[in-house]
Amino acid sequence: MRTIKRIKIDIDKCVGCRACEQACSSFHAVPGYSSNNPDRARIRVYRDEPRSMYVPVFAGNHTQAECNGRNTYTIGGKEYSECLFCRASCSSRDWFKEPDSGLPLKCDMCETDPPLATPTCVQWCPNDALTYEEVQEEGEEEEKPGEMETGLEELIRKYGLKAVIGTVARMSKGETVGREKRTI
Amino acid sequence: MRFAETGVNLEIDLTRGSIEKEETDPKLTELYLGGHGTNTKLLWDRVPPEVAPFSPDNLLIFGTGLLCGTPVPAANRTTVSTISPPTYLSAYPVMGGFWGPELKYAGYDKVIIRGKSPTWVYLWINNNKVEIRDASHLVGKGVRDTIELIKQELKQDRAQVACIGPAGENRVVMSSIETGKASASKGAGAIMGDKRLKAIAVRGTKDIVVARPAELFDYCTKMMNRWRERPEYRGRFSLSKGDVEEYESFHLNNFAWGNARERIRDYWNDERRKEWREAFQKYVSGRVGCYNCPSACVDVINYPGVPTYFLKCWSVHGYWMASKLDIDFELKMCGISHDYGLDSWSTPLVIAFALELYDAGILTDRDMAGMPADTAGRFEWILDRIVRREGIGDVLANGTYWAAREIGKGAEVYDHNSIKRLEQHPIKLGMLNYTYYLMWTTNEKAAITQIEGSYPQMPRPTREDREQFVRNWAEAPNERLKQHYLDWELRGHETVEAACEITDWNETMRYVDDALGLCSYWGGFGGQIGQRQPYHIHSIPKVVSLATGMAMDEAELWRIAHRNRTLLRAVNVRRGLRRADEQVPEDHYKHRDPAMETKLLDEYYRFKGWNNDGIPDRALDEYGLDQVREDLKRRGIL
Repeated sequence: MRTIKRIKIDIDKCVGCRACEQACSSFHAVPGYSSNNPDRARIRVYRDEPRSMYVPVFAGNHTQAECNGRNTYTIGGKEYSECLFCRASCSSRDWFKEPDSGLPLKCDMCETDPPLATPTCVQWCPNDALTYEEVQEEGEEEEKPGEMETGLEELIRKYGLKAVIGTVARMSKGETVGREKRTI
Repeated sequence: MRFAETGVNLEIDLTRGSIEKEETDPKLTELYLGGHGTNTKLLWDRVPPEVAPFSPDNLLIFGTGLLCGTPVPAANRTTVSTISPPTYLSAYPVMGGFWGPELKYAGYDKVIIRGKSPTWVYLWINNNKVEIRDASHLVGKGVRDTIELIKQELKQDRAQVACIGPAGENRVVMSSIETGKASASKGAGAIMGDKRLKAIAVRGTKDIVVARPAELFDYCTKMMNRWRERPEYRGRFSLSKGDVEEYESFHLNNFAWGNARERIRDYWNDERRKEWREAFQKYVSGRVGCYNCPSACVDVINYPGVPTYFLKCWSVHGYWMASKLDIDFELKMCGISHDYGLDSWSTPLVIAFALELYDAGILTDRDMAGMPADTAGRFEWILDRIVRREGIGDVLANGTYWAAREIGKGAEVYDHNSIKRLEQHPIKLGMLNYTYYLMWTTNEKAAITQIEGSYPQMPRPTREDREQFVRNWAEAPNERLKQHYLDWELRGHETVEAACEITDWNETMRYVDDALGLCSYWGGFGGQIGQRQPYHIHSIPKVVSLATGMAMDEAELWRIAHRNRTLLRAVNVRRGLRRADEQVPEDHYKHRDPAMETKLLDEYYRFKGWNNDGIPDRALDEYGLDQVREDLKRRGIL
């Protein structure tokens, strides 16, 4: 059995106040709470005020490629781009990217040690548009890649395994990297 | 390091087309906080009394509250300060929504506009990049289209836009600055129009930093959790919510209809309730709120043939009561009026005033050539003339006070509902009410609801009820105010001393809210609801301390609010405001009590540290405003 974490989004209850964005950005600031900036949030509320339609969208995976098409949804007679409800941090739009560096952002369910009872956005959602649950599902608990593994994977994807191994080997011998001499 | 604020103001000179970023003095934050407080300081320093409203030297200041953009819930309001066209005094309408926090995230506390652009422009603030852009294609566009077109042409869905409609372009003094859901009225739109500034669009992706982040975040999380535990608060103050319907019926039964003429004491009945409910069922498509506030207290109205708009508060009665028609007409007119960028408090009263003049033969068929015969048609016709300043509309567009004087022929008598040249809520009462008399006469906010709030509007019927209320009244600043309330019998008078203290409390909390950017529905207004509302004089100092790092306690916050109040008073006194202006219309009360009215003003001025002509005196020493004293002395005012 494995545990699946789930934030349930009830758009009928969302009032579009963006408290979740505010709280998320604050929680994830480094050091914690050190800044407030909704554009650093890993949640974004799409707001269509005239129709009172508010859709909280959580940051999902980063993707390098854009979609091949630009599909639309028609909801209640109005056409919306599917990008408005998409979780991806992708090159076709500026969502879910750090404003300074452009690095992708992804919702991590506020996993901390010790763990929070519920993710921060859920704690802050005053109208219960966001609720949290954990469910047990069939299957093995997946081992999650560590931070270094994720980083190395990205580097390998970009430069190739050989180049990465070569660089690590060179660095471990204490050769100059950039302007600074570092020893690993 | 600046906490809670950015420490930078954006200075725009539209005459020269210059854009400057000015670092602000942190000392001013300590003295005046932000928002309305520091706005007023700018007016005092930079707008001398000889500057007329429509002078290029008049400033139009958009000042975000000190706490905007921090995690503090419901801190999202921006005070727009300027010299008002009808009153020649400082107007300081406050608007909520999302615009203020966005400006903070763009890196600015205020946008200060001076000068006059030679052509129509709008301002585009995108973090560090600030541009003055051509707006000729937006001229004549309504509020909804203007906001949409700007967002489209900038390709910025998340941009927040504050703009004027055609009314502001034509310098109609009842025009407002609109952000879609929230607006700043009191003639601010006319000043923006005079400067040929159609809109300010803002997008910000920078950080706001607070002094003690973890503690503040924890405090705010708890506040949000308390909110969740009180489901009765959801949609609180939204008109489509049931209990508010009962509350609003109070206005219909007790306020005066037409041109503030007659009360209809038994207006509200089952049939009206049915009409009200049906109308809201038919036209309300949802609710919208402001940044980081769960209340969502604004109703979204979709009336056929009228651009979607956002309705709140007294707006729901303006056209209804002025026209003596019904809720359906109200919801239609309000939509038209919103899109024109008109204040729906003053405008209906101006129209009702014009129709009265017409009935009295002062305005003739020549003035009104082409006006339809039915009331609904007339309202729309006059509204249209006002917005375009066509014919008689050009006169009415200056507001009731000035229109009456321009029309002459006895029209002045029909201007019987203005205080300090501004249309007031249509309230005509039987007996003098001490506290309300002071609020009506002495506050420059005009339109009384802008300062009412902390103290209940009516006593609960029995002493037991009042004792019960007082037990949970965390909002009351001290035991004396609790005692005043306990002693308040239905239809009885409070003492003069109590009236002074109550007025002062009401006013002070608004000055706190407006400097910090807190919504009064969570703050100043909460006092009359009781039951431990989120923000009051005992709870706010801690929030300010955690956010800004300033040492703040109740006494200091109280003091700052009074300093801000005194400074605003000084701005207006320097512009000529005196005791003689602080009077309710003659027919405001059926039974006047001149001796008591005199005594009330005497005592209140003394209480506030003003001299007997309403000029700040002792207060200047109390709040360290020595330079103000020197200036008033030099001008021979003190």
